[in-house]
Amino acid sequence: MTITRETVKKVAHLARIEIKDDEETQFADELNKIVAWIEQLNEVNTSNVEPLDHAVSYSLRMREDSPESNNHASDILKNAQETVLDFFSVPKVVE
Amino acid sequence: MKLVEGKTGSWEVVIGLEVHAQIISNTKLFSGAPTGFGAEPNAQVSFVDAAFPGMLPVLNRVCVEQAVRTGLGLNAEINLTSVFERKNYFYQDLPAGYQISQYLHPIVGKGQLKIELADGETKMIGITRLHLEQDAGKSLHDQHPNRTYIDLNRAGVALMEIVSEPDIRSPEEAGAYVRKLRSIMRYIGSCDGNMEQGNLRCDVNISVRRPGAELGTRCEIKNVNSVRFVMQSIDYEVQRQIEVIESGGSIAQETRLFDPTLGTTRTMRTKEDAHDYRYFPDPDLLPLRLTEDFVAQQKAKLPELPDQKKERFVKQYNLPSYDADFLTAERELANFYEEAAKDVDGKLAANWVMGDFSAAMNKSGGLDKVQVTAKSLNALVKLIGNGTISGRMAKDVFIDMLETGKDPESIVNEKGMVQVSDTASIEKLIDDVLVQNQDKVAEYRSGKDKLFGFFVGQTMKASQGKANPQLLNELLLKKLQ
Amino acid sequence: MSKQSELCTLTIASAKEKLLKGEITSVELTEAHLKQMDAQKHLNAFITPTPELALQQAKESDKRYQKNEAKLLDGMPIGVKDLFCTKDTRTTAGSHILENFVPPYESGVTSKLWSNGALMVGKTNMDEFAMGSANITSYFGSVKNPWRKKGSNTPENLVPGGSSGGSAAAVAGNMCLASLGSDTGGSIRQPAAFCGLVGLLPTYGRCSRYGMVAFASSLDQAGPLTKTVEDAALLFQGIAGFDPKDSTSADVPLPNFQKALTGNIKGMRIGIPKEYRLDGMPQRIEKLWQEGIDWLKDAGAEIVDVSLPHTKYALPCYYIIAPAEASSNLARYDGVRFGHRAEGKTLNEMYAKTRGEGFGREVKRRILIGTYVLSSGYYDAYYVKALRIRKLIRDDFMKVYEKVDALLTPSTPNPAFEIGQKMDDPLSMYLNDAFTVTVNLAGLPGLSIPAGFTDDELPLGLQIIGKPFDEGTILNIGSVIEKSSGFLEKARLIRGN
Repeated sequence: MTITRETVKKVAHLARIEIKDDEETQFADELNKIVAWIEQLNEVNTSNVEPLDHAVSYSLRMREDSPESNNHASDILKNAQETVLDFFSVPKVVE
Repeated sequence: MKLVEGKTGSWEVVIGLEVHAQIISNTKLFSGAPTGFGAEPNAQVSFVDAAFPGMLPVLNRVCVEQAVRTGLGLNAEINLTSVFERKNYFYQDLPAGYQISQYLHPIVGKGQLKIELADGETKMIGITRLHLEQDAGKSLHDQHPNRTYIDLNRAGVALMEIVSEPDIRSPEEAGAYVRKLRSIMRYIGSCDGNMEQGNLRCDVNISVRRPGAELGTRCEIKNVNSVRFVMQSIDYEVQRQIEVIESGGSIAQETRLFDPTLGTTRTMRTKEDAHDYRYFPDPDLLPLRLTEDFVAQQKAKLPELPDQKKERFVKQYNLPSYDADFLTAERELANFYEEAAKDVDGKLAANWVMGDFSAAMNKSGGLDKVQVTAKSLNALVKLIGNGTISGRMAKDVFIDMLETGKDPESIVNEKGMVQVSDTASIEKLIDDVLVQNQDKVAEYRSGKDKLFGFFVGQTMKASQGKANPQLLNELLLKKLQ
Repeated sequence: MSKQSELCTLTIASAKEKLLKGEITSVELTEAHLKQMDAQKHLNAFITPTPELALQQAKESDKRYQKNEAKLLDGMPIGVKDLFCTKDTRTTAGSHILENFVPPYESGVTSKLWSNGALMVGKTNMDEFAMGSANITSYFGSVKNPWRKKGSNTPENLVPGGSSGGSAAAVAGNMCLASLGSDTGGSIRQPAAFCGLVGLLPTYGRCSRYGMVAFASSLDQAGPLTKTVEDAALLFQGIAGFDPKDSTSADVPLPNFQKALTGNIKGMRIGIPKEYRLDGMPQRIEKLWQEGIDWLKDAGAEIVDVSLPHTKYALPCYYIIAPAEASSNLARYDGVRFGHRAEGKTLNEMYAKTRGEGFGREVKRRILIGTYVLSSGYYDAYYVKALRIRKLIRDDFMKVYEKVDALLTPSTPNPAFEIGQKMDDPLSMYLNDAFTVTVNLAGLPGLSIPAGFTDDELPLGLQIIGKPFDEGTILNIGSVIEKSSGFLEKARLIRGN
């Protein structure tokens, strides 16, 4: 067992997903199965292989530094559940 | 080496700085939203900045150019291939839940920066790297008792993070480093260096050790936003760390905050709650590949930088190193000086720029706010140089120039302030003074040399300040013999 | 045949012909499909039908036909996977967390669709955030496959495949002429195979990802699900092309794909990768594969046995990379700027509750896996390892492409299964994508073409994998299989239309 309930709890916190106590065991079981399964990759010797994060060979394009013409202020805010005076609003964060 | 004395002996301070510099560009690093300061809340936010579903980043060319030019200004290696990665963490001012930054492959690698210290010495500080990243939004915590408000205008604005080697050994060196870095970026035009607006912010890494010993555990002070605070926070933190160790404790690796009103630092996050950022290459972006040509073009666009300019000023204008440093710290002042020093004595022009003019600049809050132009200051120095007016008279003319914005020639003409340089007139004045003060002449001749100044003053007064001081001195000396 | 069913069984190509001749109008065509949508509501193919919008677009289209200004896809009723942001039309990605999200912008591929004259009948159902292979993870309920087993007298109870299950069911159920799907590991090709449709995964970079809700950015591509190869070529033509708003979009010329359908594959070299012969694969699929080989041979192609040695590692490799990217891509659903929000006393509590309520189980599972493989201490062992395997997988293909022009494989290791099967074990569900994920990992184009039937008359597909940006060749090979297999005629007989 590489993934314990503690691991699930820790990872769920990193991902900011609330998981009920009874789900922790279930997720731990499932994740263990998946992790055991993906570990078959260790059969492959990859010591001289470059990691490939994209299948394309072209380089990153750059755009010109010209501003977008339209102002989206109202569009930006209209899907939010809570806004005040054109600000987004969340529970108070204490720094 | 500068050491700090503790109760149990000397300590060496080791400092590394991470400077976050906002890049000057019209639009954000990965979106077309404008970057101007002071807009209405959330008025400068694109769907990309607010991380709406399906929105994708597209890199701003100017930001890349600015980073490359800044790298070249720091004599640093430009990495022709660099990679944007995601730094993952949840925070209210980070809409996507990750910041696009560079991690394993920054756009600029090792470089160095020369700092000048008060004792006239210079020191090289190593640059570890410079990378591009997005700024976060702004949180307002004081508008509501149990809500935090978020403005994303700043979210996605381009930053350069410039990381130094731990080569800095004192608050003074740290201050000199930040000032020099700011000066270089301002020369290049890549960052305006405005620390009040938060366009330049420092994270300070500090540790102490016995001289020559292994590096101590370091603390990081986040987001210090003025040169003075950088120096103050180091002063405080060094004392704190030494006291902890000397009283038998040990330093915990942590992130701290500087409180400018108290001048102290306090714990923000301990190592235990350090984030697990899960960096990985941003799959919405590809590796950035630059050509040698691109880098060469940016190099060709570089202006003369402070170090080169200083060297040239010393040679071309015969200036002492201190003067050249002073005059080259800001590009605008250096340009001003060069115009003011055209075809006149460089040192004399330097004295005026560094003295009366700088005082006026400080008083009015900026070079462009002073009524005196470089051209008119140059004219004033010329008038002194060719003997039309004396240095003393020039001070009065300068005050007039400041108030009226007129050129010095017209002021001199209007007030008839032309210097008297003909021998006969001055001799006549001297004779009158000597006749009126025969007792003092006798005293002088019997050995009271100090009275010479009295005769100079009296004669100058009689000339209404217009006598050529050098000639007056010569003639007076002759007459008193 | 009633006018209604006549209109609904047209293809893009045949409808275009009738529209151009003035035999039908776009409004008629659209109304017929909207009626069929109502009649097939129980299949749950659509999350948000858009009948008013469709009729309004149809009227405009009819005006263009009258003025002889018809465009490539003018007047074609299309279903759009609810993953593509559509301006002012709710876009949910099949998730509770986006249940009420109305995008103020239009995705790159749908913008192209509308400028080519097509019209939208609705947003199709899908697995939540495109994570699934059976369309059972949607917050808006499972989708049912319009196909039924021979002799079945129960209502439809087979999965349509996923994640573009709604898009597949909508076309197979004649509710639209064609649809848009997205494919990250097989999400177009697998449902196409399950529903007897043509499904094309374009080369990575060929279609814009702008405005497409991201699952795994380095693998996601938009593509068509259609009744015929010709329609696939037409719809693909109408959505493909460079988009400066997507940094991974390829700035390459766009050929005319309809012209590529010559039906002539003489001398073409087709590779048969031995690693796609899985233990325990149904014999019928083995047999179909051999039939496909024979059809191509008969058409003059040269068959070459090839090896893609790292094939078996593609699935575990995919289940590291895709969840890793997803865990980060889905971090933006935090309840602050859009989407569902739960209350919480602190910011972190608000985040965790919002995401705990907003995401379904499969999405949570993949976010957790993705977060885990990127976390400190596991990054190199899992994530970087998977990227290295990904390189080997792509290298396998590139090496083989020195010898062959395209590859032929089965599309899936099994036909459509019943809703409720494979639900307990995520791993057995993941195996559905065994033949398709390799193609996404390598960034290649892949075409699933319906080619035959199981003994109980469920459709089966063959997959043709091409070289980068060589969709024309695989579409052309697909047209040969379409003709040789006689699939369309047999399907018509089986389904009685």
